[in-house]
Amino acid sequence: MSSGKIHPTRDAGGAPVREDSFRFPRLSLRFVPVWRRNFLVWRKLAIPSILGNLADPMIYMLGLGYGLGRLLPEVGGASYIVFLSAGTVCFSTMNAATFEALYSAFSRMQVQRTWDAILNTPLALDDLVLAELIWAASKSFLSGIAILAVIWALGLSSSALSLWVLPLIFLVGLAFAGLGLMVTTLAPSYDFFMYYFTLFITPMTLLSGVFFPIEQLPAAFQALAQVLPLAHAVELARPLLLGHAPDAVFVHVAVLAGYLVVAYPVALALARRRLLQ
Amino acid sequence: MAPLRVAGLRKRYGAHDVIAGIGFELARGECFGLLGPNGAGKTTTLRCVLGLTQPLAGEITLAGLPVPQQARAARARVGVVPQTDNLDPDFSVAENLLVYGRYFGLPERTIRSRIPELLEFAGLGARAQTSIRELSGGMKRRLTLARALINEPELLVLDEPTTGLDPQARHLIWERLKGLPQRGVTVLLTTHFMDEAERLCHRLAILDGGRIVAQGAPHELIEAHIEPQVVEVYGENAANWAGTHAAGYAARFEVSGETAYCYVSQAEPLLAHLTRQVGLRYLHRPANLEDVFLKLTGRELRE
Repeated sequence: MSSGKIHPTRDAGGAPVREDSFRFPRLSLRFVPVWRRNFLVWRKLAIPSILGNLADPMIYMLGLGYGLGRLLPEVGGASYIVFLSAGTVCFSTMNAATFEALYSAFSRMQVQRTWDAILNTPLALDDLVLAELIWAASKSFLSGIAILAVIWALGLSSSALSLWVLPLIFLVGLAFAGLGLMVTTLAPSYDFFMYYFTLFITPMTLLSGVFFPIEQLPAAFQALAQVLPLAHAVELARPLLLGHAPDAVFVHVAVLAGYLVVAYPVALALARRRLLQ
Repeated sequence: MAPLRVAGLRKRYGAHDVIAGIGFELARGECFGLLGPNGAGKTTTLRCVLGLTQPLAGEITLAGLPVPQQARAARARVGVVPQTDNLDPDFSVAENLLVYGRYFGLPERTIRSRIPELLEFAGLGARAQTSIRELSGGMKRRLTLARALINEPELLVLDEPTTGLDPQARHLIWERLKGLPQRGVTVLLTTHFMDEAERLCHRLAILDGGRIVAQGAPHELIEAHIEPQVVEVYGENAANWAGTHAAGYAARFEVSGETAYCYVSQAEPLLAHLTRQVGLRYLHRPANLEDVFLKLTGRELRE
């Protein structure tokens, strides 16, 4: 049960010890019951949820891909819709993870007080935030798979390499779930999320090569794109869907993993500061 | 071994001592109440006890384990009914119990076997499949109580269990809580309802400004802190009357608005005097816990 780690109320000299918000997360499988709780809620609404998550990106992908695509020659060595499909998979996965980690997690934390109920059991905030992270990534994974299924069905990608997009979108989901949970644990209300979208998500989408190649951007923006997680996801997904191995795989994976490894402990520390004072 | 022992507990927010050194100990099978006005430190005490916040100083032993060091293992043996309902609105009544039981790491079969009995206990036997959104406030409260018992706790902690309920619903909760000590469950509750404390608690501590100002059985507190009888005198002239006459008849009196509270050992002389007064009404009653509470914590509003 207990990890046995001791946090003394006072040190040997009797001086009070501050609760250490930035203690590194204790990872364990105890997150599973919380993940299952979220899954059970989702299952009740699974079909509308999948269709809802699928409709919006499909409209953009097919509308822009075929409509705008007719006006364009090949983009990045393929038809525009094939080019756009890789961006759409990453973009929708990011969106699904972000929405879950922002709005849904916030309502569990602040509105429904589900987190409070869970914290009264043997589970700790470490387990709870880990469960939210993996849950948001799982949900976005399903959403990404749905888009991939359409891409395969339309014959936009037929390479076996495109199967590698599956682990990629799970990693993308984890990274954006971590970032989203950081925002959620800081948010005073739902309105706060608007800043995250207008200041981070939306500009990043336009700078990450989702709709057009990054090379079209001025040099300064191309440089900026090098630190954006979505750009690295697209750099991996696009060649995989086209059927050739991506360049610099390690760098792209490392950047995405880096966002995850930083965001989760920070989100947990912020959650501790918010809920355990 | 006591289900809960608290000694020298202190908690500070900023420069303010929310809990300024309190101690109490629960005996197995008793119901212990923490009574106090808003802001007295009741909820903060519970949060410290459950290991949800770090105290400045003090020792807490919950279910035999030190808190916060082993809070996780200790919480496995405790049930909690929070102040605000936090049932899962997307689930049915039975699903709420099932999902909550999983948080304790209980095997699926164990949880499912406990659900029918708990729903029976909560008077929700016919509502296993009902959605939470269709339950009344009292039903939600009873389900929250049943949920807190899913792990068969040694200690049940309730934070203002009947706030916001109508009298019928409150009585039903009280009846359920009274049965718990017989099942070997120790109860720790906070309340600001005196009738609730007097009915349910074997012993209680009155908390004010982060300190325990009195501790003991309800009748002991009444005997120790207050005269046995109270005469409440009402009327426009009550304050004037009290100023001139009350001291002659009552060991102690207080005026609040148009009411004079006279605390006496022998009420007869005062009552005989009052029957001769014009424009004053009065009520003669035995002293109760509320009198003790108001004496010890004052009559000023706490906001």
